[in-house]
Amino acid sequence: MHANILISMSKVYKIKQGLDIRLVGEAERTLTDFQAASIALKPTDFIGVFPKLLVQEGDVVKAGDPVFCDKAHPEVLFTSPIHGKVTEIVRGPKRILLEIRIELQGGDAWVDFGKAKPSDLSREEIVQRMLQSGVWPMVRQRPYSVIANPADDPKGIFISGFDTAPLAPDYDFIVHGQGETFQTGVDALRKLTSGKVYLNLPDNTVNSKVLTNTRGVEVNHFAGPHPAGNVGTQIARISPINKGDVVWYLRPQEVITIGRLFAEGRYNASRIIAVAGSQIHKPRYYRVPAGVGIKKLLAGNVNEGETRFISGNVLTGTRIEPNGYLGFYDSQITAIPEGNYHEFLGWSMPRFHKHSFSKSYFSWLTPKKRYVADTNLNGGERALVMTGQYEKVFPFDIYPMQLLKAIIINDIDAMEKLGIYEVDEEDFALCEYIDTSKTEIQSLVRQGLNTVRAEMS
Amino acid sequence: MKALRKILDNIKPHVQPGGKFAKFHSTFDAFETFLFVPNTVTHKGSHIRDAIDLKRTMSVVVMALIPALLFGMYNVGYQHFLAIGEQATFWQTFFFGFWKVLPIVVVSYVSGLGVEFIFAQIRHHEVNEGFLVSGMLIPLVMPADVPLWMVAVATIFAVIIGKEVFGGTGMNILNPALLARAFLFFAYPQSMSGDKVWVSIGQGHVVDGFSGATPLGEALVGNIAGMHEKWSFMDMFLGFIPGSVGETSTLAILLGALLLLATGIGSWRIMLSVVLGGLTMGYIFNAFAGVFPQNAYLQLSPFEHLVLGGFAFGAIFMATDPVTAAQTNRGKWIYGFLIGVMAILIRVANPAYPEGMMLAILLLNVFAPLIDHYVVEGNISRREKRARLAGNNQ
Repeated sequence: MHANILISMSKVYKIKQGLDIRLVGEAERTLTDFQAASIALKPTDFIGVFPKLLVQEGDVVKAGDPVFCDKAHPEVLFTSPIHGKVTEIVRGPKRILLEIRIELQGGDAWVDFGKAKPSDLSREEIVQRMLQSGVWPMVRQRPYSVIANPADDPKGIFISGFDTAPLAPDYDFIVHGQGETFQTGVDALRKLTSGKVYLNLPDNTVNSKVLTNTRGVEVNHFAGPHPAGNVGTQIARISPINKGDVVWYLRPQEVITIGRLFAEGRYNASRIIAVAGSQIHKPRYYRVPAGVGIKKLLAGNVNEGETRFISGNVLTGTRIEPNGYLGFYDSQITAIPEGNYHEFLGWSMPRFHKHSFSKSYFSWLTPKKRYVADTNLNGGERALVMTGQYEKVFPFDIYPMQLLKAIIINDIDAMEKLGIYEVDEEDFALCEYIDTSKTEIQSLVRQGLNTVRAEMS
Repeated sequence: MKALRKILDNIKPHVQPGGKFAKFHSTFDAFETFLFVPNTVTHKGSHIRDAIDLKRTMSVVVMALIPALLFGMYNVGYQHFLAIGEQATFWQTFFFGFWKVLPIVVVSYVSGLGVEFIFAQIRHHEVNEGFLVSGMLIPLVMPADVPLWMVAVATIFAVIIGKEVFGGTGMNILNPALLARAFLFFAYPQSMSGDKVWVSIGQGHVVDGFSGATPLGEALVGNIAGMHEKWSFMDMFLGFIPGSVGETSTLAILLGALLLLATGIGSWRIMLSVVLGGLTMGYIFNAFAGVFPQNAYLQLSPFEHLVLGGFAFGAIFMATDPVTAAQTNRGKWIYGFLIGVMAILIRVANPAYPEGMMLAILLLNVFAPLIDHYVVEGNISRREKRARLAGNNQ
C-alpha cells in the first residue's frame, strides 16, 4: 500500500563541532566468513536489565531459544544466536551474571518463528515475534539508552546508517547485497511507531544504493566530523527529545536481523564486523555470529606487545579479555597497544607521534595523518580547570560543563533543565577524549542518567 | 633516563602510604610526574586520551609570559639608569633588572608552591599545576623594589585565602595572582602605589626634574600634556615607561597573546571583548571631555588606555584565567566587555586610583558565576519553550 511512498523531505544537516580521530589499522574491505566455535551472551551489555537465567550448564539450545530474560520485563527474552551447548555460566562479584558461554554444536537447528510479510501483520504480532525471537533488545530508546519498552509509542525511530567513530566499520560495505532484508526490517519498524522512521546517511557520494533506496523512511544527510554519525547528534537536529518524549533507535545490522526474522522466520544473528586497530596484523571484515569469542577470531592476527582488546570503538567500546566476546550492540573489534609506560618529560615534548585536539601539539597541522593511539591517560586527573573545550566537539544545544557539574552534585532538577534526556554517554565520548582534566565523563553521564531514570520510575 | 627512573622507583615505596616518608607523597608525586608522564592507563570510558594535560596547558601560559618577563627585567634596568642619568650597556641594563626581578620570582614560587604542596598532602591530592602560572604572574604585577617578605606574605595569603579554602585550583572565585596584588595594594599602599615605587633607584642619585610617576599617575593629576611630552605612544606601546615589572610592554604582552591564541589556550573571546569594552568606555569619556574640563583624564585617547597601566597585561593574562572567568562562550563576551568598561571607568572616574584593571577583573571574577547563570538560564528557557511547542503540536 503506502510502502512505496518515497518521503522526499531529505535535508542536509552540517555538523560543525566534532573531531575525526584518524588511527592506524583501518579494516580493509575484504570479507571473511568466520566459523565460530563459541559465543557468549553478556547480560552486562544491557543497561538496566536484571537477568533471570533460563538455562543451565549443559543445556543444548537452538538458535532462538531463550537464555535469560529481564526480571522486570519477563517478556523481553534474550535468545541464543547459535545452536549450541551452554558450557559455562560466568559470575562476577556479588554473583553478578557476566557471561553465558555457548559452544557450537554440529548442525544448524533453529526455532521457527514463521515467515511473514510485516505489512500483513499487526503491531502486536510484530512485537510478539520480535520479543520471542530475541531481536527486541536491538531496539533501544532515548532517553537513557536502554531497551525499548514495547508498550510505548515512540515519536520516531532513528536509524543511523553510518558510523564516524575512529576505525568504525563502513556500513555501505556491510549492507551490500542486503537491501531487501533491510527493507523488510524497516517495514516491521514502521508498524511500531505512529511517527516516522528516520534513516540518516552521510552527505557524500554513496557507493551502494542499498540504503538510499530504502522506502517508507525519511532520509536525512549529515555532513561533518564525528559525532555526525551518532544517533544522538542526529536526533538532536531532526527532532530533539523533550521531557516525556521517547524515541527508539537501531543500527543498520540490527534492522537487517529484524528483517531476516520476518523473511527467514528465524533469529539469524550473523553480522559483519570490522576487526581493526594498530595491533591487528591484517585488519579486515568478518562475518560472525553475535557474541562471537575473539580468541579464535584473532588467532595469529595480533601484533606483538601488550594489547587492549575492545568490543566496539576506542571511544565508547567495552574492554574485553583476549579470550572475551563481542558485545551485543557492537560491529567492531579494536585492538590497540596498552600505554603503561613512563615518558620522560613527555608533557613538554613536541610529541609528533601523538594526536591531540589541542594546538599546543602539532597534529592539527597534519589532519590526514594516521596515529597509533595507546591507552595511556597522558596525564593525571585534575579538577575541571579549562573551559570552552567541550563545546568544540559537542554538537548539542546543551552546556556540557554545566550539565556535568549538575550530575556531580546530583541535582536532578538541574540535570533535567540542562538537557540530560537528549544525551547519553556516547555523546560525551569526544569531550572525555579531549579533556585536559582527564575526568571520566562518560561514567559520570551514565551515573546521571541512571539517577534520573531511578527517580522517574 | 633509565637511571633516573630507577632512582624514582627505588624511592617510591618509601613515600607510599605506610612508608617511612609518606608525608612527602604528594611532593614526590609532583616531582615524579614532572619528570615522567605517569604510566596510568584508561580504565573507564574512552580507551584513548588526548595528549594534552594540565601540565602542558599551564607551561604554555608560562611560556607566553616569558617575553613580558624578559622585557620587564630590561625595563627595570632602563628606568633605573634613566633616573640616575647614567649610560649603561644593554647587558648592564638587563642584568640590573634581572637581579631585581629574579628574587621576586623565586620567592613567589617557593612560598606559593610550599603552600600548594602542604595542602595537596593534607588532601591526598596530586599537586595541581595552576600555581605554575600564578607564581609567574605575581612577580610581573609587582613593582621591582617590592620587599621580598611582602611578596611571600601576599603569595601565601592569596594561595590560602584565595584558593585553598575553596578547594584548590579549579574551585577558586578570585584570580590568585591579582588577589596577591590587591592584598599588598590595600595592606601596604606605600609600597604599591604613588610616585616613589615604580622606578628602582638603588644607590644612585636621581637627576634633576625626575618624577617616578607612571603615565597614568601623571594623567590622574591632570598632567596629560606633560605625560605626552615625556613619552610617545610608541614608548608606551613598547614599554619604556615606569610600571609593574611585566605590565609595561604591550608588544611583549602581544607576543604572549599570540602564543595563547595560536594554541587556543587563552580565550580570544575574553581578550577581544576586554579590548572592545575598554575602547568603548574610552570613546564615551572622550565625548564628555568638553563637558568636564576639570577632569583632564577624560581626554586620554582610547588607544592610549589600551597600552597604559595593566590593561593589556590584565586582558591577556588575568581576565582569561579559565577558572575565575565566565565559563560559557556567551558569558565570556559579557564578562570581558564589562572588565574593559570597568577598568577605564575606575581609572578615569575614580579620584584615588590611577589604575582600575586589577579591581575591574576582581569585581567581574565575583560576577562571572552570575553572568553564566543568566546565560545558562537562557538555554533552559529555550528548552522549556521547545517542549511547550511540541506539546501544543500533538
